Amino acid sequence: MQNRNILIIGGGIAGMEAAGQLLRLGWEPVIVEKNERLGGHVAKWYKLFPDMMSAADLVQTLTDGIKEATVYLKTRVASMNRLKDGYSVVLSNGVSLQCSAVLIASGFHLFDAAKKEEYGYGVYDHVITNADLEAWFGGAPDNRVPANPGQVAFVHCVGSRDLKAGNAQCSKVCCMTAIKQAIEFKERFPGAQVWCFYMDLRLFGKKYEDFYINAQKDFGVHFVRGRVSEVSEDIDGRVVLKAEDTLAGLPVKLRADLLVLMSGMLCNSDTAALASMVRTEVDSDGFLRSRDNIYRINESRREGVFFAGACTGSKTVPETVAEARAAALDIHNYLNGNA
Amino acid sequence: MPDFGFSLSKSSSVSLDSLDLGLYGELERLEPGVKTCMACGSCSAACTASVWSGMSVRKLILNLQRGKDVEKMLGSCMLCGKCSMVCPRGINTRHLILSLCRIYKKQ
Amino acid sequence: MIYQGKQNIWSDYQKEIPHDHWFYVRSCIRQSFFPASEYFFVKIVRDLLGKDLYESKHHTTCGGIAYHCDTIPQETAMTIVARQFALMTEAGYKNLVASCITSFGNYTETLETWREFPELEARIRENLWKACRREFEKPEYVAHASDIVYMLRNEIAEKAKVRLIDKTTGEPLRIVEHIGCHYSKMFPHKGVGGAEYPCVLSGMVESWGGQVIDYPERRHCCGFGFRQYLVKANRGYSVSNTHKKFESMEPYHPDAIITNCPGCPYFLDRWQYVISEQTGKTYGRDGFGIPVFTYEELAGLVLGYDPWDLGLQVHQVAVEPFLDKLGVAYDPDAKYLGVNKEELLKPTLPTVLKCF
Repeated sequence: MQNRNILIIGGGIAGMEAAGQLLRLGWEPVIVEKNERLGGHVAKWYKLFPDMMSAADLVQTLTDGIKEATVYLKTRVASMNRLKDGYSVVLSNGVSLQCSAVLIASGFHLFDAAKKEEYGYGVYDHVITNADLEAWFGGAPDNRVPANPGQVAFVHCVGSRDLKAGNAQCSKVCCMTAIKQAIEFKERFPGAQVWCFYMDLRLFGKKYEDFYINAQKDFGVHFVRGRVSEVSEDIDGRVVLKAEDTLAGLPVKLRADLLVLMSGMLCNSDTAALASMVRTEVDSDGFLRSRDNIYRINESRREGVFFAGACTGSKTVPETVAEARAAALDIHNYLNGNA
Repeated sequence: MPDFGFSLSKSSSVSLDSLDLGLYGELERLEPGVKTCMACGSCSAACTASVWSGMSVRKLILNLQRGKDVEKMLGSCMLCGKCSMVCPRGINTRHLILSLCRIYKKQ
Repeated sequence: MIYQGKQNIWSDYQKEIPHDHWFYVRSCIRQSFFPASEYFFVKIVRDLLGKDLYESKHHTTCGGIAYHCDTIPQETAMTIVARQFALMTEAGYKNLVASCITSFGNYTETLETWREFPELEARIRENLWKACRREFEKPEYVAHASDIVYMLRNEIAEKAKVRLIDKTTGEPLRIVEHIGCHYSKMFPHKGVGGAEYPCVLSGMVESWGGQVIDYPERRHCCGFGFRQYLVKANRGYSVSNTHKKFESMEPYHPDAIITNCPGCPYFLDRWQYVISEQTGKTYGRDGFGIPVFTYEELAGLVLGYDPWDLGLQVHQVAVEPFLDKLGVAYDPDAKYLGVNKEELLKPTLPTVLKCF
């Protein structure tokens, strides 16, 4: 009889949604998550664009859908070996299992903003990342966020489109995240002047452009085209930014009470090890290599190994969810011999 | 003072946190649409006066946003209205220029 | 400012510095700008701390000034560098120590270029052979002299006669550090602490009891820039950079500046006079300027050498207020006596900047 187990590596939103769909299709998904809880980055997020949906609500919905699934938290895959019709898997918690297919949904990690030394993350008192700000929006105290900020700067493309930082790719979600967060910031601090320093504004998704226009029109967010080159701290502990206003052709300086770095998305550092266990490849962009990038994004080049979510490239939440569903269906068809 | 034959240069750096945005604020009040400018440059590309005089509504708006005086540039506009026709954000640029003239006149 | 954050970055840029046996190459200009600095480097490192430091009387300029002024091509500069390496090899040394930041940058740039383009190295070897029949081994380590003093900072602190502490208040003296651009901006991993937060000088200051001042324009160039300074018409641009730095550090009221480049201390020191004449402004207390020291001079002061033997009388900015804070004894009447105790010429005093 066919083994009904499907191994899902990563319990973020991609892994959770795929597990939910596979359950409904009659399979038995096994989620292996290295952290102590499910939901990945989204569980740490406050609100999601473009509907400003609560991230916690989304994670709850996904959690409700996988009650029947086997979930191993704080667990990693120790080894995977190809069998005739599936994989034999050993987990770090000592559990061994056999599965018919493997779904890699190992996601991404945020670029370590401290690597951009010139921005002083971890060195200056009032420099945070997009993730830090999101946590603060969600109620986590952070004494780097001043009580009554007058000037706030967002820097786009931190660790994205940056060959020297080791990531040439656009992380895709940061422009929109910056605008979303700029608006949320203005809602909390209407008196603050908010500045977004961008190279290009890449607002490609549904309603993104509306957010941009609203940020300008209703919230008076200032947009400066130019990459911040250097940050320092003045005697009052404020951050001092230098950039070029490339539209005006003039060097500009901003003394800000808070600097928010839009850290980009990189493929999770342990994904390469996972890829080598199933002998699939990492692509030139550092993410996993799909069978192709047009029609078979969910498929690896190894039989029975599938992908979902940001392990193959930066993705938004709706894209990730849609891809997880597609991956579930791909696996279903593959195991039913319909692929 | 000794004649050194050289002197301190003036910095061209603009401090964004200490801009005088009085003029721009007044314009925003009269022409809220100006806030939605995304500096695409359609206005300047379509401008009848630009190639002869350097007139550019895009630069005009940007300069106001950076606290700069634009009165001189304003004088080059021929008020033909071509810029309003091409603005993708629907900013009534011709009217914006007239409003700006009014602001300057009042000063 | 989160000090731990800087320490994290420093740990990424730990440079291996050999503990002994160096071939020392001097700077073209430091001996006239700061006449006792190199002398005291040798004295401290060789005589006081007993390290092996070798000098060859045959060594020349590294070609850096001409290279950076675009008056010689890179190949010529590299052949000059190759000759220095040959002298080092002939003397039996493997570790090269440069007194000058631009030399250090030039040696490093040459070696890095050869690493990328080995055919160029072969051509330079041929050039050198044709020019002077010399051959060379590449140095195993290239260090700047400030790296050596950084490495020896705690040994110096152990032998210190005074610490960088204000004698009257008991507070640490507030020291600005200024790193020469060619130290690590080109090759961040070749500098102690990297390029954004170098700790080669701040490490000395902390070891000797002072407090390091970080200020917004810390990374800014002093304004020397070779071509900018050497052409008189461009000097306004040079002095403007210095002015920008002083305006930025002014609110912190630094007691002194420590530098590791030939040009920086010269310009940070001399331009204070020009700025004071042109703007009427001085940056120290009571009409004085902020004294600017080379790291050797500061090490010399800490070790208790006579300020005038250290050559501090050739500074534009008066060093006496700093010496008083430090509690270092000096004879005001001996300021303009030479080492042979004969009268040197006394300088004309500026109209704004207070000097002695």
